[in-house]
Amino acid sequence: MKATAPGVSGGDIVGLRPEPALETNNHRSEEPTPAEARLLRGWGRTAPTTAHVVAPRGPDEVAALLGVFDARGQGAGPDGHTGRGGVIPRGLGRSYGDAAQCAGGTVVSTEHLDRIGAIGSGGSVVVGAGVDLHRLICEVLPSGWFIPVSPGTRQVTVGGAIAADVHGKNHHRDGSFCQHVTSVTLATPTGVHLVGPHDDPTLFWATAGGLGLTGIVTEAIVQLLAVDTSWMVVDTERFDDLDGVMARMDQSDMSYRYSVAWLDCAARTSRRGRAVLTRGDHAPRAALPRGTEPVRLPRRPVLRVPVPAPRGLLNATTIAWFNELWFRRSPRNQSGELSTIESYFYPLDFIADWNLLYGPLGFVQYQFVVGDAEALRATVDTIGASGVPSFLAVLKRFGAGNPGPLSFPMEGWTLALDFPIGPPGLPGLLRRLDDVVMEAGGRVYLAKDSRLSPDALHAMYPRLDELDSARRRVDPEGVLRSDLSRRLQFAGGVR
Amino acid sequence: MNNAFGVPQSMVVLGGTSEIASTIVRRLAQEGCRTVVLAGRDAIALATAAAATIEAGATLAPTVTFDARAAGGAAACVDECFASAGPDVDLVLMAVGQLGEQMADEGDPDRTAEMVTVNFTWPATALTAAAARLRRQGHGRVLVLSSVAGVRVRRSNYTYGSAKAGLDAFALGLAESLRDSGVVVQVIRPGFVTTKMTKGRDPAPFATGPDDVASAVVAALGGGRLVVWVPSTVRWVFLALVHLPRVLWRRVPG
Repeated sequence: MKATAPGVSGGDIVGLRPEPALETNNHRSEEPTPAEARLLRGWGRTAPTTAHVVAPRGPDEVAALLGVFDARGQGAGPDGHTGRGGVIPRGLGRSYGDAAQCAGGTVVSTEHLDRIGAIGSGGSVVVGAGVDLHRLICEVLPSGWFIPVSPGTRQVTVGGAIAADVHGKNHHRDGSFCQHVTSVTLATPTGVHLVGPHDDPTLFWATAGGLGLTGIVTEAIVQLLAVDTSWMVVDTERFDDLDGVMARMDQSDMSYRYSVAWLDCAARTSRRGRAVLTRGDHAPRAALPRGTEPVRLPRRPVLRVPVPAPRGLLNATTIAWFNELWFRRSPRNQSGELSTIESYFYPLDFIADWNLLYGPLGFVQYQFVVGDAEALRATVDTIGASGVPSFLAVLKRFGAGNPGPLSFPMEGWTLALDFPIGPPGLPGLLRRLDDVVMEAGGRVYLAKDSRLSPDALHAMYPRLDELDSARRRVDPEGVLRSDLSRRLQFAGGVR
Repeated sequence: MNNAFGVPQSMVVLGGTSEIASTIVRRLAQEGCRTVVLAGRDAIALATAAAATIEAGATLAPTVTFDARAAGGAAACVDECFASAGPDVDLVLMAVGQLGEQMADEGDPDRTAEMVTVNFTWPATALTAAAARLRRQGHGRVLVLSSVAGVRVRRSNYTYGSAKAGLDAFALGLAESLRDSGVVVQVIRPGFVTTKMTKGRDPAPFATGPDDVASAVVAALGGGRLVVWVPSTVRWVFLALVHLPRVLWRRVPG
């Protein structure tokens, strides 16, 4: 193996050097993107692996890099060892599992794809894949625009939002992120493609939620949402049982743009399924009290968790306390409360690295969607009866899904739960939940997955072959691969 | 690839006919491990173990034969195992070992050399070869079956115990060398385990069965602890025993 820093023209991007070391000092200047062997984790911190990380300085470099891989076939290492390597893009590393990792291969950081263009008169904007939603919000909000779909954190990139086809509290009205993307520049091993819902829709929809497996998005045109102010008007209601909150959501979700419920799955049987429902809309200027500034920009996190918390900090007892506190501090019924964007959309964003609170072993997030209410009740009972503690369950009613074969949302109910790693019953519980979800024709969210089995994936996403035929067209050698696609054995990860 | 709980999809077992190894394999096959490469000395016993592995849920169980008395063949054996496993090896289980007959062996220099080779030199050589491959792969886990016999060596099995002490220390050093490489090394230190290897010997206090070891190992995969004691209480027992005066240590049963 060569000891010089590998780069686009260096010839040994794949194949780990014996010692992961920084070699950025002695790379030749014509090699624009030195690669660095780095241990990468998902947000859940569960299965770290090492890859070469390269950070191309622009869309052209991304395309050149992928071209090199195709010419060399499967990104073969200099020792001719094929079938290893692979390439996957990575933004801020907020997917919970192994979607943005590629053990022994190359991970393309989108950090330098950070251009934001001028906003068109209709609210469309060209955004680099590496731009995070926080920056995008700060850039567009002063001119009266907001991002069309907000996931639970602003610390995700536009590229990541497309790769996971993220959804938000407005899914029942507005669908998921890719439904507001009008065009995507996709770098692939066979060239750069400009795709959109009307321009090569097959490739576009395979890319929507495609977890980077169809290519690397370098830029996208996003259609923004016009807002009057940066404030939210929020109605909050508390419910003592699951049926109550579900009935309310069914009945009147459509009269709000945003709606989400927090659900207690861990409480004793009598309180299991108690919920706090918050629904809201962007506040019109008229709703603001005199003297309130109409646009207040969100701030970066103010607190930081410095090191992983001790093992077991979040256990059955502390989680039960937290859930109790959360429930009690919520008003029984309050309407018209003014709220900031941060506290309404991103309550956890004020602490950076909050995932470290789960301790050195990390955690898994399990999010699924099922079409009917009965299946949802079955999962809540299964979780409650298992005695495995779960934290902050989030319930949302989805509207119709989109054509993406790997896009997660579909009409029905979605529930997201955090489980700290540790309880011996956890793997078995999640397998039982998989069974309930599969039985009901539902699926789990891959951007959050770190433990599904290949069989379950193929049952939950029956249109994988559509994704695969679109991918083969632009990546016949299967260069684009991630730890997730290898674990779940689909796309370039083969089955 | 290993999942969030450390459950592998493909594994290589060196010492694949060992009873403890077979029990661990069966448990992991039930948890979703699909490819298990079994390497050992006895082709017939390997075939039986492979059939049991398939029975437990694995889809592929190729076998590789080797002789641990010849440490020079260890690297080639590892190469062959990795080649049979397919593109990724998520877990390497080192279960090669031989208890020997201390009283009969100890006057025989050749037997001592053989015991040290089988229990230390071959495993350390194979671990070196496997670690290099896993490092290049960017991920993976190595489980080394050590023994409390190496924690404080005793009269009744000091050849075995000293070789295990060497392997245990080697594995701890290997773990350090692989920090931040994506490769995890874990050392399993069981107390007395009732198996065919210990047949005919009086079980020591805190004796366990292969199932207990397998359960502890599966639980430890998600946890990532460097040293896994089975049962966990022997950790504290040995914390005391290593400081016990020799006069008393000689009298400890087992």
